[in-house]
Amino acid sequence: MIKLIGIAVVALGFALRFNTLLVVMAAGIATGLVSGMSFNAIMALFGKYFVENRYITLTVLLMLPVVGLLERYGLRERAETLIKRARAATAGRVLLFYTAVRQISIALGVNIGGHAAMVRPLVTPMAEAAAKMTFDRAALPADGAARARHGKLPEETVQAIRAHAAAAENIGNFFGEDTVFAVGAVYLIAGVLEAQGLKVSVWRISLWGIPTALIAFALMAWRASALDRRIVRDAAARPNAEDAP
Amino acid sequence: MKLLNLDVFYVVAGIFLVLVATRTALDRAHPTRWGSALFWGLLAVTFLVGKTLPPVVVGYFLLVLVGLAAAKQVGAKHEPGPTAADRIASAERLRNRLFAPALLIPATAVAGTLLLSKLHVGDLWLLDLANVTVTSVCLGAVVAVIAGLVVTRAPAITPVAEGSRLLQTIGWAIILPQFLAALGGIFAQAGVGAVIADLVAHALPTQFPFVAVLAYCSGMALFTICMGNAFAAFPVITLGIGLPFIVQRHGGNPAIMAAIGMLSGYCGTLLTPMAANFNLVPAMLLELRDKHAVIKAQVPLALGILAANITIMYFCVYRF
Repeated sequence: MIKLIGIAVVALGFALRFNTLLVVMAAGIATGLVSGMSFNAIMALFGKYFVENRYITLTVLLMLPVVGLLERYGLRERAETLIKRARAATAGRVLLFYTAVRQISIALGVNIGGHAAMVRPLVTPMAEAAAKMTFDRAALPADGAARARHGKLPEETVQAIRAHAAAAENIGNFFGEDTVFAVGAVYLIAGVLEAQGLKVSVWRISLWGIPTALIAFALMAWRASALDRRIVRDAAARPNAEDAP
Repeated sequence: MKLLNLDVFYVVAGIFLVLVATRTALDRAHPTRWGSALFWGLLAVTFLVGKTLPPVVVGYFLLVLVGLAAAKQVGAKHEPGPTAADRIASAERLRNRLFAPALLIPATAVAGTLLLSKLHVGDLWLLDLANVTVTSVCLGAVVAVIAGLVVTRAPAITPVAEGSRLLQTIGWAIILPQFLAALGGIFAQAGVGAVIADLVAHALPTQFPFVAVLAYCSGMALFTICMGNAFAAFPVITLGIGLPFIVQRHGGNPAIMAAIGMLSGYCGTLLTPMAANFNLVPAMLLELRDKHAVIKAQVPLALGILAANITIMYFCVYRF
């Protein structure tokens, strides 16, 4: 039981909003000490796992220069211009389309996307531009004459769209993975079962990932349409967003 | 021999971090000039020579990084950057050519996975087969920077300057995923998982087939919430709850149990700040005010998928 002290430290530290790195290190040290490790042994474990897991940070780090460069030269603005040609585009549909692309490509064994490579430079500007069209339509007066269209979205709407964009990436990434083509997770599953003397074909494991993948997509469709309804409500509440400073 | 393995890209990332640290140290107007420079400099060392340093030395480096972050000595300078008008003008000048570098990243990932991984001259392979996906994505990022410089005709320092600005927006949170992976490793070494599996197994009436399924799926989700990683939870909860109760006691199908069990773990990943690379780093990257906004947006999804998993597993695992 005492070994669970690390989980308690994490829960308490997160609740009290201490610096997260500090909380994690304290939890590791506490767990190590109650398990009889020396302080240096704990530091060595931290160092070892930190170095072994550099690849998690690597892909984000290497993506930043190109994303920063393209943003400076107007990538987000270009993505907005492009989406405005698609009259049927809404923020929710943009996100749902992205989830579908992500689920299908990763099911075929190809990992395209990511929060740094796709969501920040391409997906969120497109979704925000689509939401802006919803606002512009709401701002049309009854006689149909177009009014000024250079306003900004309310900050709350932007925040909601971005949070859902990150979710769209995660859902597509997690729930496409274990279907059709066997990838990392499936081999891990097969390996763990085999170590217990259970021979299971990787194809059977992949097959049983499909129902959950479909349900995950359906739920994402529900969240995306809820987001669109919220944007319509926001637009109705502030139809003259462009008049605001 | 592998021409492009992870170590090559660790050095590339290390050089980028050295440049970030140097720029920060030279910037008199930076609010946390020396703290930030030290932070990115030490991180650069772990990328450049992390494998050759003794782990305990890296561990003490990490203590310094934590100290700097906790003392609020790692910050970002508020830089105005180019105005919206400039970016719109540039977007109108470059038009769709701007997409080419961005799309080269997934294109290289596809080409790398499907084609480049097969390229070799004798024993000299282009890509490291053990890490094809990650190396392909890294190669894509490097190719895209070069293409970006060609398309925009920007000076070569611009990617470093803009990348540095983005990196400082994310701040110390960028190493949180590695920290949490380390904590997961320490939990595993200390045997935390076995304690949890034992608790769940004894607290619930697992003689009922449905309770066994419920305990396994929620156990996977809960333990993933604690560890931040479904891969770490999977062996522990499967050996502690899944195999003894669902397969051995009630005769369930191990393939169905394991496949849906892992996906239940992913529901936990959607809910936990411990999975920082999926939930917290994106919140910083997308400049969200509430750093838990991504998790909050994912709560209905995670609970819905978990409920579906429990239902699917109960109706299929004892039948097929």
